[in-house]
Amino acid sequence: MTVSEVVAVPGRRFRWTAGLVAGLVGMGLVVLTAIVAPFFLSDAANALTSQANLPPSAEHWLGTDRFGRDMLARSLVSTRLTLIMTVLAIIISVGAGILVGTTIWMAPRRVREAGLRAIDIAVSYPSLLLTLVIAAILGPGTTSAVLAIGVAGIPTFARLTSNLAASVTRNDYVSTARLMGVSPMRVIVRHLLPNMAESLLVLGATSFAIVLVELSGLSFIGLGVQVPDYDFGALLASSLATIYTQPFQLVGPAGMIIITGLSAMLIGDGIAAAVDPKAGARSIPAPGDNAGSRPVRTDVLVDVENLRVRGANGKALVDGISFTVNRGEILGIVGESGSGKSLTAMALAKLLPENLVATAHSLGVDGIDLLGDVAPTTLAKSIGLIYQDPSSTFNPALRVGPQLTEVLRAHLGFTRRSARTRIASGLTAVHLRDPERLMRQHPHQLSGGMRQRAMIASALAADPVLMIADEPTTALDVTVQAEILREFSAINTGRSTGMIFISHDMGVVGALCHRVIVMRSGAIVEELSGDALREGRAQHPYTRQLIAATPRLHAAETIEVTQ
Amino acid sequence: MNDATAMVEVRDLTVRFGAFTALDSLTTTIGRGRTVGLVGESGSGKSTLAKVLVGLVRASSGDVVIGGTSDQTASRAQRTAARRRVQMIPQDPYSSLDPRRTIGQTLAEAADPRRASVAKHADEIVHWLESVRLPPDSIARYPHEFSGGQRQRIAIARALITKPDFVIADEITSALDVSVQAEVLSLIAGLREQLGLTMLFISHDLAVVRDVSDDLVVMRAGTIVEQGLAASIYDEPQHPYTRLLLDSVPGSPGFSLAAK
Repeated sequence: MTVSEVVAVPGRRFRWTAGLVAGLVGMGLVVLTAIVAPFFLSDAANALTSQANLPPSAEHWLGTDRFGRDMLARSLVSTRLTLIMTVLAIIISVGAGILVGTTIWMAPRRVREAGLRAIDIAVSYPSLLLTLVIAAILGPGTTSAVLAIGVAGIPTFARLTSNLAASVTRNDYVSTARLMGVSPMRVIVRHLLPNMAESLLVLGATSFAIVLVELSGLSFIGLGVQVPDYDFGALLASSLATIYTQPFQLVGPAGMIIITGLSAMLIGDGIAAAVDPKAGARSIPAPGDNAGSRPVRTDVLVDVENLRVRGANGKALVDGISFTVNRGEILGIVGESGSGKSLTAMALAKLLPENLVATAHSLGVDGIDLLGDVAPTTLAKSIGLIYQDPSSTFNPALRVGPQLTEVLRAHLGFTRRSARTRIASGLTAVHLRDPERLMRQHPHQLSGGMRQRAMIASALAADPVLMIADEPTTALDVTVQAEILREFSAINTGRSTGMIFISHDMGVVGALCHRVIVMRSGAIVEELSGDALREGRAQHPYTRQLIAATPRLHAAETIEVTQ
Repeated sequence: MNDATAMVEVRDLTVRFGAFTALDSLTTTIGRGRTVGLVGESGSGKSTLAKVLVGLVRASSGDVVIGGTSDQTASRAQRTAARRRVQMIPQDPYSSLDPRRTIGQTLAEAADPRRASVAKHADEIVHWLESVRLPPDSIARYPHEFSGGQRQRIAIARALITKPDFVIADEITSALDVSVQAEVLSLIAGLREQLGLTMLFISHDLAVVRDVSDDLVVMRAGTIVEQGLAASIYDEPQHPYTRLLLDSVPGSPGFSLAAK
């Protein structure tokens, strides 16, 4: 029905980005170093020699420390311990975080609320302080550093997982599984974790770098790895003493922290980009060629000839349709999802998404050639737009008034006061009481029907010659729909505003429209009068099939479903 | 429709959320093998009633008796067991199936919530897939390979594989195109006859409800304004609100665009 209903692309391909490849190569080298270096370089890294504090040379590329040990060898050998510690700390944070974050969503509501607040409090406590407190209590050492960093990271991960779990549990398949008697643990393993896996992987990779830096920090300040063991942080700490005399000693450990952290970050970002179906290069189609175009007709209100809308892949979504709307006429466009009815309207309003392009021999409203450059003001004056969902067309944070007057103020040079007066009388015209009070309210204080009336008032404020309404009653209750349809009809009779009314509902279109075009797969299959549609006098088999498929209130017209 | 043949009895059911009364002393009965259409506009309480019937919402007062098990007198275990015999088909075909699980896994989970073994239930799964007019090889496919209408049929198969006593269909066609809706409705009508289903069919669309219901319940603002045989209500609505609802359907004889 609308553009947003285009379903997520199945079986999307994994996208290899340069960053991801660089990250994986970097991390691969680091891991290889961690595995191999201790076998070959342990002697150079650990044996005390008399060649202390040597500057870089062919023999010692990064020089030696004050006990005569090769700094490059030490940096490389320390990779193993650093990586092991980082991975263990992440396992603690992520493991416990996932456990807390998911089980909380399987718990009864009160337990869940209490748990979520507890996590909030834990998150608000600075994790660095938490780390230091835990490390201080456990005493300095490798194990306590890992525990401290791991435990301090739990609240963050619990919070992130519970946010992810919250959005997954909103899906009907989770509540259905629970109603079927699937145990909470099984729901977590079968439904929650697989649907969170990608995001958790991204989080894990990104936090790897943070944990690495935190662990190095603990060792650096002496709370982490103790002599004779050493990691990046400990090496950094020992070379700090000679920073003025032997600054190059810092290069090894600092460089390793940067390479490892950067690789992890690149991998995290790379995975995030790869799993996001919306990311990646959105190809914008070549501008359309309006070859064969002719001047816009002025004897009709809307003049569309051979309109094509195509996507970046060149596929025609609207495939060369032609129609006109007379002044004061209501034209209905009816069709199922994917028929191109909304795109046709969006092309007329020049509101197509940028990855779609429209071409036509003629595309005009009230004599204005829409194929050329049209000033937004001209467009705003000529066309009023009404969308399907009145709850999403308003910004919930702002009051109704300024949103309704925006077009008048932005495009038509109204002052704030005069725009308000104009809108207020418009609101009264669409049977809304107390417009002044209504304009001071926020969108959520209005019912769906009131919001749609307000949108109509706003669209009418500039006194457009054409109103385009895209499924304006689909989200409304049937009694409200009837009222809004009456409103449209009254506006059409009273002001003789021309209308294009888009709907999937044969009954609605038949009741309101003077003339109806039926679309399927981007083409017009039939054009008929509203009366003919109402009485079921359709010629084309597809229109007949649609009419037959529409449930009727009265048994006399039995539905026959053509399979 | 006396008590002996009732599958579901709702007695004086009231549900309050804080100060807000969502359901106000509802009393109704769903007979075995019958389909009750439930219509009402937003805020009428029809979804709340469905949630009480599946056990997602507790009654503030009053009683619900499902298959002879009363919420008031039965133990917690008995209530849970009774609710297992109730299946809900959700509205949104895109959120009702886990994108990471095959159709076979989804149906196997319904057949056996503990083990969910596809191999063990393969025959049963294929049988139900065929009952909803889907090919047997659907068993190894993932939800994204199916259209909205096909997904809704899978959701129907998932509800039926549990051999439920009572099925609640909550707006199951409102997200579908009209021709697809017709297919799903004719499928439901066929299954109803074939299996003797007891069903509560909830919809905001009166014309849709009319096609599948024996009885009709009209709700407004947490109360039942009218209930009885569907055919007689559609022909001769007694309550003014029912009449207003019917007259609001474009194309119905009472519908008019003239200002009221």
